Amino acid sequence: MTDVRVAGVGLTPFGSHPERTGRDLFAEAALRAFEDAAVDRSDVEELNYGNFMGALAEHQGHQAPLMAEAAGVRCPATRYESACASAGVAVREAVRTVAAGDADVVLAGGMERMTNLPTDEVTEGLAIAADDLFEVRAGVTFPGAYALMANAYFDAYGGTREDLAHVASKNHANAVSNEYAQYREEVSVAEALDAPPVAEPLHLYDACPITDGASALVLVSEEYAAEHDLDASVAVTGTGQGTDRMALGDREHLARTPAADDAADAAYADAGVGASDVDVAEVHDCFTIAEVLALESLGLFEPGEGIAAAREGTTTADGDLPVNLSGGLKAKGHPVGATGGSQIAELTRLLRGDHPNSGHVPDAEVGVAHNAGGTVASAVVHVLEVAE
Amino acid sequence: MSDDGGDASPPADRDHAEWLDALADGEGFALVCPAGHGSLPPRRVCPECGSPDLSREPLAEAGTVETYSVVHVPSPRFADDAPYATAVVDFGPTRLTGIVRDGDETDGPPAVDVGDAVAVEVGERATDDERLVVFRPAGGE
Repeated sequence: MTDVRVAGVGLTPFGSHPERTGRDLFAEAALRAFEDAAVDRSDVEELNYGNFMGALAEHQGHQAPLMAEAAGVRCPATRYESACASAGVAVREAVRTVAAGDADVVLAGGMERMTNLPTDEVTEGLAIAADDLFEVRAGVTFPGAYALMANAYFDAYGGTREDLAHVASKNHANAVSNEYAQYREEVSVAEALDAPPVAEPLHLYDACPITDGASALVLVSEEYAAEHDLDASVAVTGTGQGTDRMALGDREHLARTPAADDAADAAYADAGVGASDVDVAEVHDCFTIAEVLALESLGLFEPGEGIAAAREGTTTADGDLPVNLSGGLKAKGHPVGATGGSQIAELTRLLRGDHPNSGHVPDAEVGVAHNAGGTVASAVVHVLEVAE
Repeated sequence: MSDDGGDASPPADRDHAEWLDALADGEGFALVCPAGHGSLPPRRVCPECGSPDLSREPLAEAGTVETYSVVHVPSPRFADDAPYATAVVDFGPTRLTGIVRDGDETDGPPAVDVGDAVAVEVGERATDDERLVVFRPAGGE
């Protein structure tokens, strides 16, 4: 087993990119990642690429060879699909491949094109990440599913819409300085509370936006980094994945996400760290309640305690444990198949010290990234550490 | 979905259709394995433990609402149904997910709360008449 280093990261700006195809978005992210890594493209041995709904949004299946072309690499290329965790699983397989010594250089990331579809078609497209027979045909939308989890949480532990509004407000504030973020405007708690309902208790500002974007990471072995004198100070030291029953109604607990518990346990064990070692986190806040559930699955808060974290200031930029300093999915945007890669790109920049919000975590050494698919029937967790 | 293929219906599933028929006849059931895990068709094995020994057990007469949400922004297939109340309801060996209706939706969906008792039947989507699981407040019409 070798250490896996993040040699370079690349993102497109997240937002609306009319008149650009997915291949051009991924090409931009990959170009930036190679520039950041100073790694020769010809050394790339595999491409692991995440994408969720390209067949619906772009009429484009079989995207991996296309993205290898776009990135200018010639190597085995595979598309990974795990709903909103597509890039997370793509990165995880890249990490395992390098750690096992099967490759020294892997390009991993993802892309999603969404804004060309009307909102109702995006709603339907995202809903296919739920169980078609027993959820979608029963009227469960993606926001609706998280709304069901939010009300179950409120019933089990307490909490209010105002607690969730603090999560939205925090993440919007974090996005203001992030040049890659879709919404770089502050949103007050009052504005979030006054927004129209989507699926009660979730209102407009509880939901992430519809986003186009791509992410790319160049992951290398520690030996390759040393041989090529790379500036690759951040290592991926732990990876974990969990799977749960597909339909929310079949889960053991409607207000918890056991798949993420499993992913976190495995990632921490792999890294040899514990939740108390974590200095900074990027978590999958597709809806505000999702950040709360993530914090609890990661062991950063006890069940029932995560709901107050933003309101009490623990997870704000100046708090003890800043969460989603990138702006999160909430404000930075959520190009579904790219998100898992973008979280690791942001966490790497935060730990290297070259993120606009690095000043909030100057001494951070351990970061954790949490990426979820569907209503967390899939979850991937990675631990990143400053290695040198 | 889109003009090109999105309007295609999802495939039929004979076991699921038969289960909806039974539900419509007031004979709703769950599949239960010897360990007591409940699931819904189509199943060849228990999704929790893998047992192939599944028997049909009747659903409880009334279920209990475990969580709910009033959905204001629907998918296209539910465009004429919104706003509607979706709920996850405990029926003993299994939970069901469906829409809560009280027979008079002119003022929107009925008020629902966690712990409410509901009965289950089969209704139709307002948007396209497709069958779906409907919950009725128990004792109220």
